[in-house]
Amino acid sequence: MATTIHEPPKIEKQGSAPHPVGGNGGGRNLVPAGADLARVKDYAPPPASTGIWVVLASISMTFAAFTSALIVRQGSAPDWRHLALPQILYFNTLVLIASSVTLEMARRQVGAYMAGPRDQTAAPARWLYITLLLGLFFVSGQYVAWLQLRAQGLYLATNPNSSFFYVLTAMHGLHLLGGLGGLVRVIRRLDRSILRKSTLDATSRYWHFMDVLWVYLLLLLWMKL
Amino acid sequence: MHDMSHTVHHHAPPTSFIRKHIFSLDHKVIGKQYYGLALVAVLVGMVLSWIMRIHLGWTNYAIPGLHLLSSNGAPGNVMTPEYYLQLMTMHATIMVFFVLTTAPFAAFGNYFLPIQVGAEDMPFPHFNMMSFWVTFVAFLVLVASFFVGDGPTLGGWTQYAPLSAVGAVGGPGEGMGVVLWAASIAIFCVGQLLGSLNFITTTLDMRTRGMSLWRLPLSAWAWFITSCMGLTAFAVLMPACILLILDHVAGTSFFVPSNLVINDQLQPHSGGSTLLWQHLFWFFGHPEVYIAIVPGMGIVSHVLITNMRKPMLSHRVMVYSMGALAVLSYMVYGHHMFVSGMNPVSSLAFSFPTLIITIPSTIIVLIWLGSLYGAKLRINTASLFALGFVSMFISGGVSGFFLAQPSIDIMLHATYFVVGHFHMVMGVAAMFGIFAGTYFWFPKIFGRMMNETLGKVHFWLSFVGTYCIFMPFHYLGMAGNVRRYQAFVIEYMQPLIPVHRFITVAALVTGAAQFIFLYNLIHSRFWGKPATDNPWQATSLEWSTPTTPPPHNNFGDKLPVVYHDPYQYGVESSTGDYLMQASPEQVKTAYDEA
Ligand code: HEM
Ligand SMILES: [Cu+2]
Repeated sequence: MATTIHEPPKIEKQGSAPHPVGGNGGGRNLVPAGADLARVKDYAPPPASTGIWVVLASISMTFAAFTSALIVRQGSAPDWRHLALPQILYFNTLVLIASSVTLEMARRQVGAYMAGPRDQTAAPARWLYITLLLGLFFVSGQYVAWLQLRAQGLYLATNPNSSFFYVLTAMHGLHLLGGLGGLVRVIRRLDRSILRKSTLDATSRYWHFMDVLWVYLLLLLWMKL
Repeated sequence: MHDMSHTVHHHAPPTSFIRKHIFSLDHKVIGKQYYGLALVAVLVGMVLSWIMRIHLGWTNYAIPGLHLLSSNGAPGNVMTPEYYLQLMTMHATIMVFFVLTTAPFAAFGNYFLPIQVGAEDMPFPHFNMMSFWVTFVAFLVLVASFFVGDGPTLGGWTQYAPLSAVGAVGGPGEGMGVVLWAASIAIFCVGQLLGSLNFITTTLDMRTRGMSLWRLPLSAWAWFITSCMGLTAFAVLMPACILLILDHVAGTSFFVPSNLVINDQLQPHSGGSTLLWQHLFWFFGHPEVYIAIVPGMGIVSHVLITNMRKPMLSHRVMVYSMGALAVLSYMVYGHHMFVSGMNPVSSLAFSFPTLIITIPSTIIVLIWLGSLYGAKLRINTASLFALGFVSMFISGGVSGFFLAQPSIDIMLHATYFVVGHFHMVMGVAAMFGIFAGTYFWFPKIFGRMMNETLGKVHFWLSFVGTYCIFMPFHYLGMAGNVRRYQAFVIEYMQPLIPVHRFITVAALVTGAAQFIFLYNLIHSRFWGKPATDNPWQATSLEWSTPTTPPPHNNFGDKLPVVYHDPYQYGVESSTGDYLMQASPEQVKTAYDEA
């Protein structure tokens, strides 16, 4: 199976625009007739590269809102009860970090594969499958953590700490499932030879962000609960 | 020279009916869908306001058929106090979310942002399609609350806790009604986040050759700035709604404090923070009012410039001011909470940025007025509505200066003064922005002109009518008339009832005048005079499309190349007194002479 990876043509970056930077809304010809239009604007990056930062900004806002809710709620009443985090969370964390590493391996391999001769046949998807597996492992691990809490009689509404624990882990888990969906999409596109590098990069940024977000949430829960 | 017709993605024109008109990926169809949704929503919202106004003027008058709307809300066709609040909540929620956010931002932005930047479409068309359909589902969920249990929630569009979080014991609609409200809004947030993602990436990545950021028309800037606000504001409202739903369905205590007794029943919740809801809500809520108005500012500037035949005094200051509004709008939200029991020091801290945010607003207004001064404005329905927007924004903004000071707000808070303030500065102004955009862009969207005579009648009735409705609100507020009351039985308020009756009559007449618009819209769609490609002799890219309405990929097989700033008016070119952005022609300009 030959895999070609399509990228939009790259145009080398030009220096700063030669014309005075205009912009009073009218009254200027910014491009003299016959001038080199390439100097006016570079090709924009593929939208996925910008889009992923936009998505991450918005997810950050959501979790910032949850965080401030947690802090305000903690200060609002004396019913904040200490909660021992299930030990499995630390194991899950290692699994998630490992998945980020394997995803980087995958990205390297796919990159080398794209640069290499077109007739090579090695399947670069192997590390992607491993990442996918580790991701699923993490989600199951989180579920086990919930079961352990339930076994201790700590439910969603038991006390504010358990409420925040379930809400934050569930929200993170949902976002992570989205990342798993993204990985599946990358694998399918790779198989069909229509993967763009920018898609792979965007997906892996998302995945690493989920990783960092989880470490942040774990710290928050560990400090506050 | 490089190949000019670069394309970032392709999708072939759809052939099946479903892909063409229902689950369409075309930003233009999605824009029209959003407009249609807003139109349905605004009709529902307006009818609700009529019912409320009749009740406020003539409290015991039986409104025929009212009992059909609710099984227990209107015995004998006279609404109960609770039912009044339910109607008010639905009116506000529908108007703020499904009209003022969808029409100027999602509808016009979807249709024209990609065209104005010179793109074939938005970069993520599937997300764009989802954005509309998710919003549509949100609307259905909200309207469904009319038909479940004891009807929709009565908590107002701000849904203050704890009453919004305790469940059915809080009153009619406080059980299932709130859950549906919060679910609807959370879903709505998802839709707008998807939309904002597309708007931002369209502006940053999809601009055609030559379209630098400073060459974007003011309308495109406004949509871009609004989408940046939307991205952050809706991302905060959504978690707030999730927590609110959990307090209902899972028995958590995020917003309900301990030992709360409601209707003689001790609530099982403990330790929640009622102020937490207000913080989360207003962190969204204040930016939201700018999400509603900034697109209107952009549309109105665009329309005014075209009809003045000259650019604004300063394009850049206009953009910077809109940007400043967006940034500041996150720092002022506490001015809605001056009397909430928040720390008075916080009140003071929120009052400063609130006064500062009047500076960019004032600059924007001064640029409009200064540019209009001495301009030979072409008078047509679009430019009249643009002037109406400016007028309303000023009249409504002035009252903001008063409210911004905690000492004055303590008296005016929760009175009709606030209701007058936000209806003028946000409600009516944004509606006028929508009208200006409709009359201006209709020829491009449908290839036909709207009827100008009917348009002008519509304008004058709306303009005079809305002043008659909302100016007296300020007077009522200063006289101490509290908002959200369903009847004015307290002695000191009784002399105010004639004012309320006047307002009710004005509201019914003004509302009826909107059917002229509806008729004009539908009639012109099918039988209007055919429009040319550029009926207003305008310069931006939406007027350079090869056909009207634009083809599926907007520009045919070649994307346009942009040679000029957006508003080249008052020049001498081969086309007349203007030069289109996509025209390679060179002219001598005022700037060159200077
Ligand atoms: C000139 C700048 C403005 C200032 C200083 C200002 C100030 C205020 C203040 C202090 C309040 C709270 C009053 C109270 O509840 O006691 C308020 C309410 C409100 N303002 Fe403004 N405002 C300004 C412009 C705007 C604009 C441009 C919009 C919308 C486009 C807007 C929409 C609203 C709304 C919707 C409310 C009421 C929300 C509610 O309680 O339901 N304001 N404003
Ligand atoms: Cu505000």
